[in-house]
Amino acid sequence: MTELVKIILFGTLVALFVSVNALFLVWMERKVSARIQLRRGPLHVGWEGLLQTVADAVKLVSKELTLPKEGDKFLYLLAPALVFAPLLAAFLVLPLGPGLVIRDLNVGFLFVTSLTNITFIGIFIAGWSSNNKYALLGSMRAVAQNISYEIPLLLSTMGVVLIAGTLKMSGLVAAQEKLWFAALQPAAFLIFLCASLAEANRAPFDIPEAESELVAGFHTEYSGMRFALFFLGEYTAVFISSAIATTLFLGGWRGPLLPGPVWFLLKTYAVVFVVMWIRWTFPRLRSDQLMNFAWKVLIPLGIANVFLTAVVLVFLK
Amino acid sequence: MSLQELVFLGVAGITLAGACLAVTLKNVFYNALSLILCLFGVACLFIFLGSEFLAVIEVILYIGAIAVAILFAIMLSRPMFQKNVKRNPAKILQAFAVSAALFVGLARVIRSTPWPAAETDGDYGLAAIGKNLLTVSLVPFEAVSLVLLVAIIGALVLSAKGEPR
Repeated sequence: MTELVKIILFGTLVALFVSVNALFLVWMERKVSARIQLRRGPLHVGWEGLLQTVADAVKLVSKELTLPKEGDKFLYLLAPALVFAPLLAAFLVLPLGPGLVIRDLNVGFLFVTSLTNITFIGIFIAGWSSNNKYALLGSMRAVAQNISYEIPLLLSTMGVVLIAGTLKMSGLVAAQEKLWFAALQPAAFLIFLCASLAEANRAPFDIPEAESELVAGFHTEYSGMRFALFFLGEYTAVFISSAIATTLFLGGWRGPLLPGPVWFLLKTYAVVFVVMWIRWTFPRLRSDQLMNFAWKVLIPLGIANVFLTAVVLVFLK
Repeated sequence: MSLQELVFLGVAGITLAGACLAVTLKNVFYNALSLILCLFGVACLFIFLGSEFLAVIEVILYIGAIAVAILFAIMLSRPMFQKNVKRNPAKILQAFAVSAALFVGLARVIRSTPWPAAETDGDYGLAAIGKNLLTVSLVPFEAVSLVLLVAIIGALVLSAKGEPR
């Protein structure tokens, strides 16, 4: 029975955190983009416009939900849930502090990587069931991109795993007691950042939803709360990949003075800031440039990194 | 019935339902999605058996790579509004015969193999699989990678045929 209570409690907490986090990240994105473009961003609703996203969320909820006439209704309704639900499950393995993990799985972050695959299928279904050529093109680009970038993403984490000797999130944090893996594995850290940007469909890798050519990509036909779910999913994905980057490369919750969860959130939001900074600084890549970058730069670099790490480890033994 | 049994029945039910839908539905896109449901059920069964690693790999490889490749092939091959092709009873019978033979063969192999229970401690799944692949089963492991290499080269040669140099 206590197990059931725990599940309900953690589920509620995660759901609450996800919505608050998305509201905050949307505000942060607006502020960051505004400052980078020498604007001031939202100012009037709440302090520094903090409540602007709440107002927008209320607007989204009250919007009419439309259904495309020739689309596949069942799949059209299923897709937003399929995109969003796996991201919620990823919170299972995030280590907030010493002993503060919901489940310290043996497979650790691989669990999250496997779940993002279901998100791709959600994106695929969204594009297909809308029966709209822009949506279909967007979803095909999204999936092609995600398949390609998953390889460097996993390769970059392998160096870290080789050093730590475990996939467990708690073990990975423990292995960084003296030195962050970002210092030991700088190449892996950069590859991971690039690949996770691409996995979350963020600029400069946002060709699946390239506004200037594809309207809005795979969620063109979605309105109201269903659209909001995709949006929520995108920001949650950014948070999760930043949190994993923090755990794998930036020492997780370790830090002086402040308690673990505070350090964890500080580092995670710092990575999120870098992600936003990149988005508002670089122009979008072309489709073929994107693929070339994955297959001709990131993957060879990733393999070289794994190889070098293994050689050094063998000689140090 | 305990909660565990209920969950097991649910997962097994989803797996079987996915498998049945994958061969009976008429829309190819739905077939592929049902296959994904079935594979996901198998992954859940692995978790139920205490092997998280196999479950994760099942999802990454079978759903993330193979099923998505199938979806891609379907999307590239025919438009959504096209009518479904009529089923041919003779072909169904042939397919049934082949799959029945495969089923009987696999069932025999599975029944005649002794299945010692694995130890369930810590990283057993991951470390044991890794060690096994690089020591006991090294030759099959390398043979498989050679086959895959041949397949990749073959695909490249086939796809490059029509293009001007």
